[in-house]
Amino acid sequence: MAALINVPAKAKRGDIIEIRTLTSHIMETGFRHTMDGALVPRDIITSFTCRYNGAEIFRADLFPAIAANPYLSFFTVAKESGKFEFEWIGDNGYSSTASASITVE
Amino acid sequence: MRTTRRQFLSLAGSVTVIPIVTLRPLEATPAMLNTAVRNIVGEAPIHTGKVKLDIPPLVENGNTVPMTVSVASPMTADDYVKSIHVFNEKNPQPNIGNFYLNPSSGRAQISTRIRLADTQKVVAIARLSDDSFWQVAADIVVTLAACTEEVN
Repeated sequence: MAALINVPAKAKRGDIIEIRTLTSHIMETGFRHTMDGALVPRDIITSFTCRYNGAEIFRADLFPAIAANPYLSFFTVAKESGKFEFEWIGDNGYSSTASASITVE
Repeated sequence: MRTTRRQFLSLAGSVTVIPIVTLRPLEATPAMLNTAVRNIVGEAPIHTGKVKLDIPPLVENGNTVPMTVSVASPMTADDYVKSIHVFNEKNPQPNIGNFYLNPSSGRAQISTRIRLADTQKVVAIARLSDDSFWQVAADIVVTLAACTEEVN
């Protein structure tokens, strides 16, 4: 699935940088009904993790109250050049990953 | 004694300064929200303050409401925010999200977009590294509800 990741390409060592992520997902709440009264089963992303050169720097548990196409923004300290890895896990075996690299001077 | 014009105006001025986002203690919340909060917090006392919840006081569409939670914290190895928990009062489920931070976060701030099924209160609770809990609440007026509408 498509994901949009916004990480600065370059940063000074020790800078606090903002990471913004957006992924496409319906985030079906499991509380909605169709016109003929059938419950639409829940289908959401339940967990998001961000790793920076292998170490977990941010994690989130998501619930049906998170809007469709979950957007998350958070901060981290730029310590060394390397790679950010993002992982979304959800209902019905949903799993999606993305990555972004950064150069730290 | 007659009220002078000056006295009247100063009185009227002081009355109109009412904040749009009112802050209330957690005592006034329904049972479901309280249970969800206690599941995270346990029996620990919840202090008011330190946490800032940035959310529009009036939203037209509850399907996507931008929200930012920030906590006043130096984010050092001995004093940092462990996690931020966000709850609502009247959605079908009281949880919105749990966000786990660490000292290398640098700044204790997260943003996301949420759903609100009704005009209600949103509560954000932060757990600090000394395991103290801090909270803030905001009231939001929603004109178009999310979560439970019919699927076409």
